[in-house]
Amino acid sequence: MAQMKIAKVITRSVLSRPATRLYPFEKRPFFRNTRGSVSIEIDKCIFCGICQKKCPTAAITVVKASKDWQINRLRCIACNACVEACPKKCLAMENAYSPAVVKKGADDAFHQGDKSKAEATQA
Amino acid sequence: MATRTIIPFGPQHPVLPEPIHLDLVLEDERVVEAIPSIGFIHRGLEKLVEKKDFLEMTYVAERICGICSFIHGQAYSQAIEGMMKIDVPERALYLRTIWGEMSRIHSHLLWLGLFADGFGFESLFMHSWRVREKLLDIIEETTGGRVIFGTAKIGGVRRDMDTFALNRIQGELKTIEKQCREITDVFKKDGSVQRRTKGVGNLSNKDAIALGAVGPTVRGSGVAIDMRKLGYAAYAKINWEPVVETGCDCYARCMVRCRELYQSFDMIYQAIAKIPEGPVDVKVTGNPSSEYFARVEQPRGEVIYYVKGNGSKNLERFRVRTPTFANIPPLVKMLGGCELADVPVIVLTIDPCISCTER
Amino acid sequence: MMVHVEEQSLVTVDKSQLVEKATQMSKEGWRLVQISCTAKETYELTYTFDNNYKCSHIRVVLPKGDLSLPSITGAYFAAFTYENELQDLFGITVQGLALDFKGKFYKLSVKTPFAPKP
Repeated sequence: MAQMKIAKVITRSVLSRPATRLYPFEKRPFFRNTRGSVSIEIDKCIFCGICQKKCPTAAITVVKASKDWQINRLRCIACNACVEACPKKCLAMENAYSPAVVKKGADDAFHQGDKSKAEATQA
Repeated sequence: MATRTIIPFGPQHPVLPEPIHLDLVLEDERVVEAIPSIGFIHRGLEKLVEKKDFLEMTYVAERICGICSFIHGQAYSQAIEGMMKIDVPERALYLRTIWGEMSRIHSHLLWLGLFADGFGFESLFMHSWRVREKLLDIIEETTGGRVIFGTAKIGGVRRDMDTFALNRIQGELKTIEKQCREITDVFKKDGSVQRRTKGVGNLSNKDAIALGAVGPTVRGSGVAIDMRKLGYAAYAKINWEPVVETGCDCYARCMVRCRELYQSFDMIYQAIAKIPEGPVDVKVTGNPSSEYFARVEQPRGEVIYYVKGNGSKNLERFRVRTPTFANIPPLVKMLGGCELADVPVIVLTIDPCISCTER
Repeated sequence: MMVHVEEQSLVTVDKSQLVEKATQMSKEGWRLVQISCTAKETYELTYTFDNNYKCSHIRVVLPKGDLSLPSITGAYFAAFTYENELQDLFGITVQGLALDFKGKFYKLSVKTPFAPKP
């Protein structure tokens, strides 16, 4: 009958499980390639500043003198430009999104610890 | 003498996906004329060329619109490549075609859902978007993002899909195609859909050409204009013809988009069968210094990109004329003489993407 | 490896010949594609037409002191959207517009944002 063409689709969706997921009890698994958030292995970083130049939203701040690397999570658009540009391959794109924040302005800061001090205490 | 009232339609309206304002002049229940005005979502993206160099403008071009995001990025890359005479490797052209057609399927499924919502058929809206979710999963797996693909680059594409991935997504696309058949059968044959769309929003063949309509709006009126025939990317190597209907009403435009869905699936299978091996990008050196116009077919019609360089890293001018901007005069013509209850259906039938229109 | 570059022709005309050329193109069956403006030292307007996938452009250059233009809505009614946009964003006055919104087509908080600062 021309009036109820959609009957087959609706009957099937009534009788089977819902198409939606009961978040937050069941979380959605991310794919391997998902561009979620940027992470850094701070010990490999040489503070060249190329990632800061390539970032289109100016989310990364690199300070060579004090060996600090900061990223503003709210400005980062997860475009992968910094990961592709890093010469030491210490940046990686994780597939989980960064968690929600309640206050703007706090950066995620990483600091490269003093290597010579660590060797002196070991010796 | 009937009294005339003016009713404002938009910018906030449950049926509109994006804000546009129309002042409808009504006589009793019939619309006599419609006066559009835009500017609610103007972000001034064209002025950003003064601050960002031409390589960073790819990110801006991708974010002009959420639904046709990859094709904006592709059109911008093609405009700069045409201006600087860059040779793009063949594998990159095929990959652009595959992602472009996936973008088109996603856009048409989204539109089918919104169109059903426009005349109140909510369950059909929900089922169209349920089918679309599977496609967004494939897109996220291959490009990293559900909506903003992030793969368009001047000189090629930023990511590759190996043979294993291509064969797997071909299998998944065949499942999605079967589910799409159930949805488009409803649009084709259901009595309530036909009563709301047949005979509504008439745009004759001569009017469509004279008013400069583009995309499915003009192909639903019997005119075969499709910019993919220009042969950019890999479209010259695939067998296809533009989809044309002669009904000239909303039902014909809906059928054009349904048939284009299946044509896109077929194009992806052909591209996956023919894709050659090779690199996916070339290095770009030098600065742009002349001007070029690039025309690409978006899901909504023909988009034309104008870039002009002056030898420095920043472009001098970047101008986008999107298909919805060209479809506003036909919309004003279609709204003359229709009933008030048909206004949402007619506004949705040109597939309005206002964030593209106003950049 | 291939470069896809479209064959396009560009003709520069004077403001006074614009309406005549547009009417002639409309009779030959050309479709209006877009009207765009680049505003630096002078205002460069480009009118783009298409006929069966062939693309052709007409260019008009306006000096900074004289920003007025005749309208082509007589030949192409659809040009009213582009010409209203030129009025709202660049401050160019278009004479003889068939559907003139008088600055209200584009709702903006800053008048003529794309015109270069004097």
